[in-house]
Amino acid sequence: MKYLSEYRDGEVARGLIQRIRRAATRPWVLMEVCGGQTHTIVRQGLTELLGGAVEMIHGPGCPVCVTPLEQIDKALRLAADSNVIFTSFGDMLRVPGSECDLLQVRARGGQVRVVYSPLDALDLAVKHPDKQVVFFAVGFETTAPANAMAVWRARQLGIRNFSMLVSHVTVPPAMEAILSAPDNRVQGFLAAGHVCTVMGWTEYEPIAERYRVPIIVTGFEPLDILEGMLLAVRQLEEGRHEVENQYLRAVRRQGTPAARELVSRVFRLVDRKWRGIGEIPGSGLALREEFADFDAEYRFGLEAMQVSEPVECRAGDVLKGRLKPVQCPAFGKVCTPEHPLGAPMVSSEGACAAYYNYGRFRGESAEMAAP
Amino acid sequence: MREQPGAPGTLICPAPHPAADRIQLGHGSGGKLSAALLRDRFLPLLGNEVLCQGGDAAVVPAGPGQIAVSTDTFVVQPIEFPGGNIGSLAVHGTLNDVAMMGGRPQYLTAGFILEEGLRFEVLDRVVEAMARSAREAGVQVIAGDTKVVERGKADGLYINTTGVGLIEPEFRPAPDRARPGDQVLLSGPIGRHGMAIMAAREGLAFETEISSDSACLVPLVEALRSAIGDDVRVLRDPTRGGVASALNEIAVASGVGVELEERAIPVPGPVLAACEMLGLDPLYVANEGVLLAIVPAARAAAALAALHSHPLGSRSVFIGRVVAQHRGLVSLSTTIGGSRVVDTLPGDQLPRIC
Repeated sequence: MKYLSEYRDGEVARGLIQRIRRAATRPWVLMEVCGGQTHTIVRQGLTELLGGAVEMIHGPGCPVCVTPLEQIDKALRLAADSNVIFTSFGDMLRVPGSECDLLQVRARGGQVRVVYSPLDALDLAVKHPDKQVVFFAVGFETTAPANAMAVWRARQLGIRNFSMLVSHVTVPPAMEAILSAPDNRVQGFLAAGHVCTVMGWTEYEPIAERYRVPIIVTGFEPLDILEGMLLAVRQLEEGRHEVENQYLRAVRRQGTPAARELVSRVFRLVDRKWRGIGEIPGSGLALREEFADFDAEYRFGLEAMQVSEPVECRAGDVLKGRLKPVQCPAFGKVCTPEHPLGAPMVSSEGACAAYYNYGRFRGESAEMAAP
Repeated sequence: MREQPGAPGTLICPAPHPAADRIQLGHGSGGKLSAALLRDRFLPLLGNEVLCQGGDAAVVPAGPGQIAVSTDTFVVQPIEFPGGNIGSLAVHGTLNDVAMMGGRPQYLTAGFILEEGLRFEVLDRVVEAMARSAREAGVQVIAGDTKVVERGKADGLYINTTGVGLIEPEFRPAPDRARPGDQVLLSGPIGRHGMAIMAAREGLAFETEISSDSACLVPLVEALRSAIGDDVRVLRDPTRGGVASALNEIAVASGVGVELEERAIPVPGPVLAACEMLGLDPLYVANEGVLLAIVPAARAAAALAALHSHPLGSRSVFIGRVVAQHRGLVSLSTTIGGSRVVDTLPGDQLPRIC
């Protein structure tokens, strides 16, 4: 298939792997930022092919994984309201809140619907004027423009029964939080290609400079990721720390100005909690004052709701690359994909779920792997 | 003659109107409307000597040996979809299950739950498709039942079918018979049924030309049986949960590992495109017209030739092998040479955000 098969070619991949292994004089520690990249790495079994030349730490860029418990609990409360049709992207449905998940709320009679675009949620609001339709706006800068568009349209069309539970996060502050931690091991980043399609990469230039790390704007197919790794390894070997663009076919330095413009007119920067990590200053997007009518937290009076996370889940240490999933005491015991404690065990992009499967494949039982 | 309700100069008739174009609660009353429903809409299409006897139970010959029995209930939405409808699916799905255990399907029963308000034209198309599918499979519908529920209590109609097949002792494929060294065969491209249903469902913002692969697999099983007989160790139709879940079940039941070659697994372009867009893995998407066969390596070529001899199996391929390592697990060699575990999912596949 065009634009897919070309980037999954086995022979080219083997060539790139050889070049990475030849280029690396020592093992380098890289972090892929985006969950979509993690997915490709795990799905294609890339790590084992690299033979230790590169250690990949799976970054915090899975929107499912980092959405804070508090927002999940707010979603659960809204979804249980008989007056609400709660709409969400599919993979949020199984994320555990404090008590249950959205699938269980649906089984108890809550109206929870999977949509593929926030504009579909807006259509539902038009079709069901007697209901309140709430869209769960999660994700990074990639999903922000479409969500901004939905709110913009709702205001334009005067649709009063539509609102969004916003839990948007932004990438650069999270990268800074990781780099400034005293026990940071990350030496270079594969930045999230689609985030940069929207935002460009000017924000990353000061980060590369300040922390002296190479940042490679990278796509999502196997060859994209291998090429991104090669560019990062070369920079590290040569002592450079620049922002480089691997994802030439989709990303420009300025991103997509129209999308950025819309995002900044609808959203404002706020401090935001990340699941397992805690609050990161200036790392979230919330609706601007003039769009407060479309803010579900405001409309349903949820602003004051506060929830603390279970202490036994070490998702934060995993997301920061401090702890391998198998080193977590809960891993494979009280926390499995069937009964996840934290989000990295839920999402197919999550590091814990990936390790759970990988460990089983290697013939280690989950019990043996845990200390 | 009954007076037309509401016609000028007549009284309004409170009795259900028999000439209506849709199912009414009265069709489930057991009275005249029920009899008419059976007489006008089911028996002309599905009727045969046994069914038309109208007794409380069908009495049929069953031979001296064992029988294979399978039951399945169909609640698919939408009722009609590209490549079939709930009627053809209810026949194929159940008969295929009987065939996968080595049963030669002979009989079928059908239970219908009809929702008040279901249009007769829809019901007729469904029953026609059932009749056609059963005829093609050489199977008689020997018992049936209809119930009517109030509007809102069902999605149009649900069908339960039970299939009965005769077992011949010299042909006993079973999920626990896979052995290391065996080859895994797949009879056609995967993912069509699941993606056709998903695309046809309301709310999906893309259009595709994917049609369901729903088909009766009995001829393919017959071809395998006459080619290599009981060397057909395992047969499975990878329906819900797809190829991945079916092979995981076999790996567990047989206590073996399965190794798949990603590049060997045929996925139609439109299915792949839809899966990429939604973040789904075609290995977990439902099929209704392909089978997996596990056979000893020495008989693999003969088995493949047998599958190729029927149009339904013309695109059959080897997709992997059975190994003694990683027992109970399925692994996949990826197109770029890596490997990963193909696990069973905890629930339905959920479309990803990014």
